[in-house]
Amino acid sequence: MWDYNDVVMDHFRNPRNVGVLEDPDGVGLVGSMACGDALKLMFKLDAAGRIQAVKFQTFGCASAIASSSALTEIIKGKTLEEAERVTNRDIAEYLGGLPEQKMHCSVMGRDALLVAIENYRKKQRGEEVDSEIKEASDITCVCFGVTRQEIVRAIQENNLTTVEQVTNYTKAGGGCGGCRDSIQFLLDDLHKAREKAAEARQKPTKPRRLTTIQKVQLIQETIEREIRPQLQKDGGDIELVDLDGRTVFVSMRGTCSQCKVADFTLKAVVQAKLREFVEPELIVVQAPLAEEEQA
Amino acid sequence: MSPAELHYLDNNATTRVAPEVVEAMLPFHTELYGNPSSIHRFGGQVHRHLERARESVARMLGAHPSEIVFTAGGSEGDNLAIRGALEAMDGRRRHLVTSRVEHPAVQVVFQHLAKQGYRVTEIGVDRDGALDMPQLEAALTPETALVSLMWANNETGVLFPVERVAALCKAKDIVFHTDAVQAAGKLPIDLSRAPIDLLTISGHKLHAPKGVGALYVRRGTRLTPQILGGHQEQGRRAGTENSASIVGLGVACELALAHMDEENVRVRRLRDRLEAGLLASCKGALVNGKVRLPNTLNVSFEFIEGESILIMLDDLGVAASSGSACASGSLEPSHVLRAMGVPFTAAHGSVRFSLSRYNTDADVDQVLAHMPGIVERLRAISPFVEELSPACQERSYSNS
Repeated sequence: MWDYNDVVMDHFRNPRNVGVLEDPDGVGLVGSMACGDALKLMFKLDAAGRIQAVKFQTFGCASAIASSSALTEIIKGKTLEEAERVTNRDIAEYLGGLPEQKMHCSVMGRDALLVAIENYRKKQRGEEVDSEIKEASDITCVCFGVTRQEIVRAIQENNLTTVEQVTNYTKAGGGCGGCRDSIQFLLDDLHKAREKAAEARQKPTKPRRLTTIQKVQLIQETIEREIRPQLQKDGGDIELVDLDGRTVFVSMRGTCSQCKVADFTLKAVVQAKLREFVEPELIVVQAPLAEEEQA
Repeated sequence: MSPAELHYLDNNATTRVAPEVVEAMLPFHTELYGNPSSIHRFGGQVHRHLERARESVARMLGAHPSEIVFTAGGSEGDNLAIRGALEAMDGRRRHLVTSRVEHPAVQVVFQHLAKQGYRVTEIGVDRDGALDMPQLEAALTPETALVSLMWANNETGVLFPVERVAALCKAKDIVFHTDAVQAAGKLPIDLSRAPIDLLTISGHKLHAPKGVGALYVRRGTRLTPQILGGHQEQGRRAGTENSASIVGLGVACELALAHMDEENVRVRRLRDRLEAGLLASCKGALVNGKVRLPNTLNVSFEFIEGESILIMLDDLGVAASSGSACASGSLEPSHVLRAMGVPFTAAHGSVRFSLSRYNTDADVDQVLAHMPGIVERLRAISPFVEELSPACQERSYSNS
């Protein structure tokens, strides 16, 4: 049994602001059935730009429902700028604390809020609003559809230092475990980034321009260091076939060659890593098979 | 919570210790504290009680008392059976077979063995939870050393045809083990007729206390002990016997035999009434598992989450469990339901009700009276599933 406190249980048993808003100004939906929890947040603003009405619908456990309920109480009456500053810690503190393994519920609340605010602003700017669907290339944890950005935010806001903590706060790494190394890299990177922050501020670096040979070398190195170990863990492999401008041709080997999610891996792992370490404009595609391989 | 307000429907997790069992155990916690291995009569008399318990366990299983090894429970039994049997072999056969829905006490042992160089084949199940027999038959090769399949699944109650599989293994000289922790005491078992080599039972699933169990080891089956340092249990399990609990297990097995018909008639009828009532009154309810134990009902309520259901049931004095990710403390729903291909929309909302001979109509009535309201309340909170992003939905099915 989870050790939920009375405030959590009260918000679970008597959730505030459940339901649907007609013509909301902003809507945010995060999570999925697959992940085991999902939250849809809707708000309306008054003339002064304050959140006048807010409603939610949640699929999930007691702490997910309680976190959603707490979030709505916290943001009511706030301007969007004020609401934006609400963190998952604020939600957890409002509830008098959540079990460590349930912290991801508070993070889900905070994520839904940001998506809803973004949804409102896009509408204001007259942009198309499909922000509810995450970009596949940003996803670090395939099992729970957690983006790199979400992980970074959770690490920074909660000063997380271990992969296990990241799992408790975002769920990332809690499924097949295939992304735990990537999370560790993120933790290491952010740690290094903090250390180097002061130094970097003193001497601004100019963006480097790579020659094709340098680029190929860097791609090879990145495959070797960042990508191949991940694929080999699942019995797969990858080879660099060619580079044409910004297009990288690779060949997926081993189990990857028959894998149903190979395309996804290509974008979510290979392309994401190459963009991160080589050049942000790179596009990764499967190289056409050579004839003897097709046989 | 006092037992009067409690509707205990979680008997596959653990059971109430039968009052007769408690009664029989008490003297061994007070005056009969002697060591059964002692030469003096004070200890020796305890030994005789242990042997009587051994006979009771053997009778329930259709076995000979010398084939019973007392253990500290189901997990120890499974570990001893699988690791002990493999260690006793010459190591030439390096292939093992199990299923995708085993209890962790078996599943994790096989994962460990795979790391040590054994090749492990996990047999799948269909949507009803039934074992893929063609796949199993194809998997048995001259390389195969051991097969372990559970008799009844703890989450769904689904039965595997272990007697048939045992015969197939016998013909190929393969050691066959079954985890019968959930089946023992609920179904008639006759090991004089089924060529099963090793069979695990656990006390606390059949109204004996926790921390005691038994492993059946067919005569002639070689087994290397996994706990060393004593001659007890014919050298197959060292350690001074847990005499009180072993005596309790003996009485529990006698009671189980005596109540076997009741389990299969009255308890089954209660379970069936619960099942029919829930299906009739709750929209989007579906039963997981077809050919099952008479006491188990695993039912999914689509688009709502199991932990929330359990907490609301708990408020009403109903104790049940769930295969949902949140309820288990892991982040993924039950491996059993996923192996069956139950979609995530239903796996997260699964609830297991498991009955025993201590349940009555009042327990079933309590669930039937409140479940439709709980489902409705949680569905009202749940965002409409049609509005979930198509990518997420697609992923949820392809992952399973």
